[in-house]
Amino acid sequence: MEEKQITLQIDRHYITVPEGSTILEAARKIGIDIPTLCHIDLKGTCVKNNPASCRICVVEVEGRRNLAPACATRCTEGMVVRTSTLRVMNARKVVAELILSDHPNDCLTCPKCGNCELQTLALRFNIRRMPYNGGELSPRKREVTSSIVRNMDKCIFCRRCESVCNEVQTVGALGAIRRGFNTTIAPAFDKMMSDSECTYCGQCVAVCPVGALTERDHTNRLLLDLENPDKVVIVQTAPAVRAALGEEFGLPAGTLVTGKMVYALRELGFDYVFDTDFAADLTIMEEGAEILNRLTRYMNGDKSVRLPILTSCCPAWVNFFEHHFPDMLDIPSTARSPQQMFGSIAKTFWAEKMGIPREKLVVVSIMPCLAKKYECDRNEFKTDGSPDVDYSISTRELARLIRRANVGFTLLTDKEFDHPMGASTGAGVIFGTTGGVMEAALRSVYEIYTGRTLENVNFEQVRGLAGVRRATIDLDGFELKVGIAHGLGNARQLLEDIRHGRNEYHVIEIMACPGGCIGGGGQPLHHGNSEVLYARANALYREDAQKPLRKSHENPYIKTLYEEYLGKPLSETAERLLHTHYFNKAID
Amino acid sequence: MKVLTIHDLKTIRKRAEGTLLLREESNEAVTEQCCGLALGTEHLQILICGGTGCKASDSHIIAERLQQALEKNNIADKVDIITTGCFGFCEKGPIVKIIPDNTFYTQVVPDDADEIVGEHIIGGRKIERLLYIDPKTEKTVSDSKHMDFYRKQMRIALRNCGFIDPENIEEYIALDGYMALADSLLHKKPEEVIDVIKRSGLRGRGGGGFPTGKKWEFAHKQQADMKYVVCNADEGDPGAFMDRSIMEGDPHSIVEAMAVCGYSIGSPKGLVYIRAEYPLAIQRLKIAIAQAREYGLLGKNIFGTDFSFDIEIRYGAGAFVCGEETALIHSMEGKRGEPTLKPPFPAEAGYLGKPTNVNNVETLANIPIILTKGAEWFASIGTERSKGTKVFALAGKINNVGLIEVPMGTTLREVIYEIGGGIKGGKKFKAVQTGGPSGGCLTEKHLDTPIDFDNLLAEGSMMGSGGMIVMDEDDCMVSVSRFYLDFTVEESCGKCTPCRIGNKRLLELLNKITEGRGTMKDLDALSTLGKVIKDTALCGLGQTSPNPVLSTLNNFYDEYVEHVRDKTCRAKQCKSLLTYTINPELCIGCHLCFKHCPADAILGDVRKPHVINPDKCIKCGMCMARCKFKAINVV
Repeated sequence: MEEKQITLQIDRHYITVPEGSTILEAARKIGIDIPTLCHIDLKGTCVKNNPASCRICVVEVEGRRNLAPACATRCTEGMVVRTSTLRVMNARKVVAELILSDHPNDCLTCPKCGNCELQTLALRFNIRRMPYNGGELSPRKREVTSSIVRNMDKCIFCRRCESVCNEVQTVGALGAIRRGFNTTIAPAFDKMMSDSECTYCGQCVAVCPVGALTERDHTNRLLLDLENPDKVVIVQTAPAVRAALGEEFGLPAGTLVTGKMVYALRELGFDYVFDTDFAADLTIMEEGAEILNRLTRYMNGDKSVRLPILTSCCPAWVNFFEHHFPDMLDIPSTARSPQQMFGSIAKTFWAEKMGIPREKLVVVSIMPCLAKKYECDRNEFKTDGSPDVDYSISTRELARLIRRANVGFTLLTDKEFDHPMGASTGAGVIFGTTGGVMEAALRSVYEIYTGRTLENVNFEQVRGLAGVRRATIDLDGFELKVGIAHGLGNARQLLEDIRHGRNEYHVIEIMACPGGCIGGGGQPLHHGNSEVLYARANALYREDAQKPLRKSHENPYIKTLYEEYLGKPLSETAERLLHTHYFNKAID
Repeated sequence: MKVLTIHDLKTIRKRAEGTLLLREESNEAVTEQCCGLALGTEHLQILICGGTGCKASDSHIIAERLQQALEKNNIADKVDIITTGCFGFCEKGPIVKIIPDNTFYTQVVPDDADEIVGEHIIGGRKIERLLYIDPKTEKTVSDSKHMDFYRKQMRIALRNCGFIDPENIEEYIALDGYMALADSLLHKKPEEVIDVIKRSGLRGRGGGGFPTGKKWEFAHKQQADMKYVVCNADEGDPGAFMDRSIMEGDPHSIVEAMAVCGYSIGSPKGLVYIRAEYPLAIQRLKIAIAQAREYGLLGKNIFGTDFSFDIEIRYGAGAFVCGEETALIHSMEGKRGEPTLKPPFPAEAGYLGKPTNVNNVETLANIPIILTKGAEWFASIGTERSKGTKVFALAGKINNVGLIEVPMGTTLREVIYEIGGGIKGGKKFKAVQTGGPSGGCLTEKHLDTPIDFDNLLAEGSMMGSGGMIVMDEDDCMVSVSRFYLDFTVEESCGKCTPCRIGNKRLLELLNKITEGRGTMKDLDALSTLGKVIKDTALCGLGQTSPNPVLSTLNNFYDEYVEHVRDKTCRAKQCKSLLTYTINPELCIGCHLCFKHCPADAILGDVRKPHVINPDKCIKCGMCMARCKFKAINVV
């Protein structure tokens, strides 16, 4: 059926749009940039917040008594809209002034300074004084968790975090409590986030327009370590970081800055610059072996085999199933995440080889993720209280550090990672986008299972940004059914299906963040523009395509690691260093 | 008895008519002759108000004591005691009415029971001291229809309140109850029922005034596998109790109307959203629903047709904003009680995403009688664009506080000076606030405005759900607007910026003004901010919340200016602007004020004139209250 078209007038322009379009969508098509604040619509993903509550986007609609929110008012035939009359501009300004009157005026020291949507509006509306300031501020909480800092007195109640946490991620850790001027966003009963079901996915931080939700900053800690002559400080960088870091320095989204990033890290004073991609290859070896093991037993008629097997590289996803699906802890792979595999190998195999005592070695990770900070803190990843990965720095924090250290990032030339743990294949690179882990696993599983060389390593059918994707791969007659979900809400659907015996998959990849790690909570802010995510994903596929080796099991340094230290995948040493177990964290 | 056909319903009506006939005849009787067993009256009825107000004044104990007295005198078989809904004249409650002589006893206490039975029921002598005294003639009035309070009223929505036993379905049936449902189901198509409602001109009584028929038609036209009928019983305006009284006094009218609505829009399910603070209304509704089910008037295949309908009750926690229909629906769904943008209207996507028709209690109470008496009858009452009557909760500085129902088009003057009996204590009328926190204050110059939806809106107030608060010269209009704003700030859900922060800032400005810290600039700020809030807030609550401020600014600007420029409050309500002094001419130095001052602000020796230390004075007024010589002045 053909979509019904509607013609309306916005300011001096006539425009025809499909029925159901909002005034905001119609206006943007003709370059009329109506300001918004609470609204966010990450097209192509399920990230959407449309409460029409901030009232910044109000416009005049002829025949209406009051002003209408452009973000949620649907166009009607013959509608006449005015977006910039004095009445509208004055109303918007007053609304912005009201928001500012319940906001601490500490922009200069706010972590969001320069990247704050409220600040941008204040500038745009030419606000030069705060007429309603001096009034009472609404009572709000502050909290510092291992991943996220909650500074709710900066909250403007746009409720993007609430939508993301409830509708997109279905975690339900954040919601509106109390009412009127005292309303705040918090876990139920105003509990602490650390006592809630929060998975630390950081998507709330990724969408917060102001400084209410930010990352736990470890940059000062890192500076102290780098300065300490008694410490050997090594760094690993996650695949998604290189596809996004450039944005912080004004480069277009999707610019690959791998070499520049390595250079900058050396400039910062890291003793060795390694790549998490190396550990991603290692993950594939272990996880792939686990997949093959379960599949073989399954095909041999072993009824006790739990299928599907679920990936376990995403720490927020691990938190999610520990909280929400404690009855299914035996389904995910036991393989640790690449970050933790890296830490574990660095502080054993590599440290021994280099003769560096554990207490002198500091392992830092650069991650697109906030849950990784929490993951570093997990007790099972510590030896005598000393963590395998000491702490994790987000992409945004790294950018801040680079700027602070006077490194002219865009002018840097490309440098190579150190070896052995800087060597990786294309399979490790694509870990950073949704579907990447699956594709990497398929490349290895196919060859190991069939014993034949894979002609085309590109599994296009598992790529893309659709929330849930399915594919069937022919393994010499055995139809391997795989599923991919990104966003915890999509993951929940798959898990509920499995719980109720409606499973149709052998292997499932799950990433907590929309888009996978490229859309992680620690990445440069996308400000609602999903083109940024597509560009980052494409960058990773480009880097993969350029790599001479594209299958994890072909990584020569991985081979050496097994030969010299681990033996073979799932060996006793491998189990001890590279695998983990899960906990029931259900909250009654 | 299960009602299967309209014939069954008529049989019940015939059977129950007898008890009601006595009441109907006595209501119409012209004589005021007293009746009593000694005078040969064979059968009497005692009606006792069982509304929340009178019950709070022990009306249920009065009923018990009356019953005991009857039994003691062995006349229980000759006299029926019937607990009814609210009579409306709450100022004079508890009300006890004797049938058939229609004697209207006011402010009865349990200890009066023996006397009522002995003197009146048996002896046939009216008890003069319990009769209402007309303040104008200072003579007693025995029959309520001769009281000013009732004379100008027209009770349509309240037709059965204070007349029937709300817990007895047969009394409702006796007065043509459920005939509208029967007639609709058996003889009318849904479209025809909707047409009657449309032609009647009935508009929503919850405040918005949207044409009810149109609303039904909208819901009727939706294609869906499920639809819902919702009764909005979340009455939240401060001081309003119209809906509560209807549910307490005539719950079956709501049950019947919801079933009719269900038939008209094609819904098998009704939900009543009622605040949990209305325990009596909930109890009466529950009884009514159970009785209707028992009689087959709710349930499957009503009157043998293929129409089935049932009603469930949902409780609200008493949030004002949940009276807004989208917030109400979210609350019923178990979500946070917050409004969402319309469209989509509930008629398109309401409860659980299904088409939902939401009507207020008073609106529904009008439905059965419109269908039995006809659209033309209803449309003949009222004004051009507002048909029928409106119930108001009359309160404030007025002699006759209570629940009244008047035809649309009645003037404010008639309501205040005739029905309301004028201002208490002979003081001067200052303003009347209509529409609750969403409404505005009207003044002397508006007194002859005929009340209807459009006129009130044009004058800067609104009909609202029917709160009407009268103010006299002792009321400070700045404080009044602050009171209402305080309420909306408290009750705002907090979703949209203008309501969450804007109203808070308005309130802060008003506080500043009443505390004597205001500037002329603040008055401009009040007006600017108020207008932006009206223009930008998300829901009806926010869009109307500045009305009390804007209307008082408009009508009482001088008073605001006095607060700001002269730092005075002519009504002497704003404590911070008052100064207490002692007149040395009148002070005899009795030391009483000195003893009672909680702030040790009074200085002076016995038998010598005292003085107040203004730095210490907290303006509590204790000295003034204690002084026997009128020596304390306040300015």
